[in-house]
Amino acid sequence: MARELLKGNVAFAEAAIRAGCEAYFGYPITPQTEALEHMAVRMPELGRTFVQAESEVAAINMVYGAAAAGVRTMTSSSSPGVSLMMEGLSYMAGSEVPAVVVDVMRGGPGLGNIAPAQSDYTQMVKGGGHGDYRQIVLAPASVQELIDHTVLAFDLADRYRIVSVVLADGSLGQMMEGAELPAMRPPRAADASPAWALSGAKERDTNLISSIHLDPDEEERFNHHLQAKYAAIEAAEIRHEEHLLDDASIAVVAFGTAARLVKTAIAGERAAGVAVGLFRPITLWPFPTDALRDLSERVEAILVVEMNMGQMLEDVQRVVAERCPVGFFGRTGGVMPMPEEIAARIRALATQLGAAVSDAPEEVRT
Amino acid sequence: MSVLAPPEPALTPVYSYPDALPHVPTHYCPGCTHGIAHRLIAEVIDEMAAKERTIGVASVGCSVFAYRYFGVDFAQAAHGRAPAMATGVKRVRPEALVFTYQGDGDLASIGAAEILHAAVRGEQITVFFVNNAIYGMTGGQMAPTTLLGQTTTSSPAGRDRATMGTVLRMSELLAQVDGAAYVVRRSLHDVVQIKRAKKAIRRAFEVQEQGLGFTMVELLSSCPTNWGMTPEAALGYIRDEMVPAFPLGDFKVPETRAEAGA
Repeated sequence: MARELLKGNVAFAEAAIRAGCEAYFGYPITPQTEALEHMAVRMPELGRTFVQAESEVAAINMVYGAAAAGVRTMTSSSSPGVSLMMEGLSYMAGSEVPAVVVDVMRGGPGLGNIAPAQSDYTQMVKGGGHGDYRQIVLAPASVQELIDHTVLAFDLADRYRIVSVVLADGSLGQMMEGAELPAMRPPRAADASPAWALSGAKERDTNLISSIHLDPDEEERFNHHLQAKYAAIEAAEIRHEEHLLDDASIAVVAFGTAARLVKTAIAGERAAGVAVGLFRPITLWPFPTDALRDLSERVEAILVVEMNMGQMLEDVQRVVAERCPVGFFGRTGGVMPMPEEIAARIRALATQLGAAVSDAPEEVRT
Repeated sequence: MSVLAPPEPALTPVYSYPDALPHVPTHYCPGCTHGIAHRLIAEVIDEMAAKERTIGVASVGCSVFAYRYFGVDFAQAAHGRAPAMATGVKRVRPEALVFTYQGDGDLASIGAAEILHAAVRGEQITVFFVNNAIYGMTGGQMAPTTLLGQTTTSSPAGRDRATMGTVLRMSELLAQVDGAAYVVRRSLHDVVQIKRAKKAIRRAFEVQEQGLGFTMVELLSSCPTNWGMTPEAALGYIRDEMVPAFPLGDFKVPETRAEAGA
């Protein structure tokens, strides 16, 4: 496939189609609506299902139905819409159906605004719905990764019978950059249905997709089954990127768009002689716990940068414990941290640590 | 002391469980009409030889365990969301006969948006709407269908128009929607009505299979436990109190018999 100039929202929608998504259900919400509009054109063209639902509540329950019937299915939305999906996501976790959700996050709380933010880390990574459940959360930092993560999300969802989330933000959804789409996967054979799916009980026992276990002991056993599955995912599916960390005394931890901005800041600080690198979780759940713990033993300080007020910070603090100091810099409400602001925080940290800095600026406090 | 005669040899059973309703003891209260509704639906599935292509969607309420009783593939939806879930199922399995089974709290209250828009889109599904004018599973609270003046645990002085409104008639409402092809109300309070209800169930499934649009059969039903009545008195309550508030009839049917392929 050739490299093209692609808008993020269109790119992930087309990537989903090429990954074999057979049914899309959605509701308009900025800044992800181009995805819904792309699906409205492309899905009928290919003889696949597109429904504009009456709400995000309905959209996620339509996804639940299509997933229960055994096809690759997805929805996409943005923060306030995703809040409305929490009920459905909990039910889908409780009945172990695979599906993909792309969340193009915006500023909050409440109606907030339509500017880029990382406001849904806690909601998506910790489980905003009720019950002890997890969903795989992938955090792309470019349009190319938005494409690749969407494809990966479908494969992981099917492999583990779990909901996979692609946690993007308004800037990734709206920006255009060069990227390459995957080849179109051949369509699923009409009779290629998972053994557990609802397809009509022909020459087999009836299938049931349900999240109810009225007997508490049975519900507890089911939860233990889920936890065992989650442990298997934690053992096999953690992904992260390390950038210029080999000799670093300072590590910045950031995901998604924030990590991309951090890279720009790091380039400048490296040129100024600051030994700083980036640790970027790509899977936010499962979280790269072991790698981050190892890192915390070899750097002198960690700076967490997010487009929120420190939602991932809590996880970093939990993992790092007292091994090294953890600082934080965040912009929120749809404001993006500029590389210069991030660089100033890195420089201040380096100064505090007494690290060699070739052209130390005036002191900046974090 | 009399001695029972030995059974006649080679007796032919004339009444047994439908194939689509395996012999599973239900959790329903004595005198509840859910059992009748289940049986009618299962009989029609048998008669249409549709057991292997039927997918049901259960709701939340007394019928939450409907999936245990029907011998077909089933999903169990979140409260009120069965029409949305059924939309997802039917859109990707258009060859299946898809139905939801919902009570009045589920359908007319928390699921009002989902049922309305399933009808607006003309989803090719059949909805069985069991209306007993009360929340059964949670112990008898007021529903949108509770009669004016009816006492429930959350309207202990009777439903008051000034602060609680009055009955929501879903069949009449949904019949206004262009996407609805077949919307009728029947009752389960006596044998004649039960036979009419079964015909409506059959017709609704046929209209679904003809792809004419959204179909719903509302079934006026009893709740002796939460109404605080004997089963027999509860059937009388349907006849004398519910039917006047919820008139029986056909609110939307396919325009011509030919169109319905009848």
